[in-house]
Amino acid sequence: MLATARPLDTRFRVETPEGIDLLLRPAGLVPRALAFAIDLAIRGLALLALFFLLGALGQFGLGLGAILLFLINWWYMVLFEVLNQGRTPGKQWLGLRVIHDDGTPVGWAASLTRNLLRFVDLLPFAYALGILSCLSHPAFKRLGDIAAGTLVVYRDSATERPALPETEPLPPPFPLSQGEQRALLGFAERREQLSAPRRAELAAILAEPLAVAPEQAEERINRIARGLLGPT
Amino acid sequence: MKQSQFEHRHQTAWKRFARQLDTLERGKANGKGCSEFAGAYRQLCQHLALARERGYSNHLVEHLQQLAMRGHQQFYRHRSHLGAQLIGFLLGGLSRLVRQEWRHVLAASLLFFGSLIGMGVLVYLVPELVYSLIGPEQVSAMEAMYDPAARRLGRFGERNAGDDWMMFGFYIMNNIGIAFQTFASGLLFGLGSLFFLLHNGLVIGALAGHLTQIGYGEPFWSFVIGHGAFELTAIALAGAAGLRLGSALLAPGRLPRGEALRLAARPAVRLVAGATLFLLIAAFIEAYWSSMTFASPTVKYLVGAGLWLLVLGYLLFAGRGQHAPD
Repeated sequence: MLATARPLDTRFRVETPEGIDLLLRPAGLVPRALAFAIDLAIRGLALLALFFLLGALGQFGLGLGAILLFLINWWYMVLFEVLNQGRTPGKQWLGLRVIHDDGTPVGWAASLTRNLLRFVDLLPFAYALGILSCLSHPAFKRLGDIAAGTLVVYRDSATERPALPETEPLPPPFPLSQGEQRALLGFAERREQLSAPRRAELAAILAEPLAVAPEQAEERINRIARGLLGPT
Repeated sequence: MKQSQFEHRHQTAWKRFARQLDTLERGKANGKGCSEFAGAYRQLCQHLALARERGYSNHLVEHLQQLAMRGHQQFYRHRSHLGAQLIGFLLGGLSRLVRQEWRHVLAASLLFFGSLIGMGVLVYLVPELVYSLIGPEQVSAMEAMYDPAARRLGRFGERNAGDDWMMFGFYIMNNIGIAFQTFASGLLFGLGSLFFLLHNGLVIGALAGHLTQIGYGEPFWSFVIGHGAFELTAIALAGAAGLRLGSALLAPGRLPRGEALRLAARPAVRLVAGATLFLLIAAFIEAYWSSMTFASPTVKYLVGAGLWLLVLGYLLFAGRGQHAPD
């Protein structure tokens, strides 16, 4: 796991049989609580609608209502998670999904386990045990997640290809390590997201090793990055 | 190889793989597209490893990583044929599981049935004891329910066909909810399951003892004996599942507690699924058979005894002598 190597990184590493590492980003307490609140509201509205609809049907409606109440109370999460790729409406809204610890889609047994054990996470009041467990676990698992071996992660969204500045490519002045190479490329790729003064400030750090004046450091880094990327 | 050359060379393969993933994710894949999928996925994994190793830019690595993640999700599925699994589970999976977990099932049964019978006998001998456990209003409500003068039996006395259906819904909601709670609270080192098993055992036992003692025995026993076979067994099974979780936390053996819990949860949740099925059957019997008054008590006792034998026979003998389904 990455946690020991890079203490600030919460990413969860899963090695696949192909010998690559999948990096998952577990979701913390706040987005999960929000997703739960949305699901709670949806269920509340559904029950309210049912109450009025089935109230008109008399005793048949009451029986059906009791069964539906049971389904919504205990099975809403399970059905959505298993049939909708690990996403209840609330989780979908917040870009979350439930998966097994090994990165595979969540199945019936695991989903049922984590949602039945929600009853304990709710104890003694207002999700107290669940919150404590979530805050103290490196992958933000509540008790139900620990028992079921599941994980709530962020869904990845496709990113736009960043445009590197059009400059004259330049070979690096000295051999670069892999990390340095990625840092330079990362700087060039993320220039759109940074303000000009911040870019200049960051680039100035490298002015000395690159042997240029601090004002020219940014241009120099962009050229080296372009050189690393190769001809387009 | 420079990154741009690498991208240029494999761009089309990645796009094709992404299209394949789209069709798979929407569930519209046909056989031909799938036959190439495994190879394409392996190749993508190799590209990802190369891109990481050569220090290519974050964007490219991230892009490949997303594709690999989606591919992994499609490739490694615990795809289950739910219907076939359910039938296999009913035909022997459940009873094998119960026998395999016999220690916890036995402990839960002793706790539940022991407290039930013990309390029943106590209340029968010392009638006032019933009020130490149940309030007077509730006791008189139960008395009204099983009054031999009533035409129909069970909760809510007088009923018609619509009521039967209503009660069916009510039993499902109420009883399965209790079973789920009994299971889940086992996570509190088994204490919750212990509480629910004892509490339910004591209350049911007290009522049974009390009603028998005041002479309402026949309507009560003829009412409960049929569905009791499934309902009481189901509570014991749910309790056993909870105790399984609790004992994994208390005595994890050589595993870390989290891991022990994860391993214990798998059989436990299957036991709960079995309890749920039992409770569905019980709700059906309770709503449509137990409450009928056209059958004489003798018939009800006979049917009830048959159901108890059926449940015990199923749990003890079903699924023996054959291989587990592959």
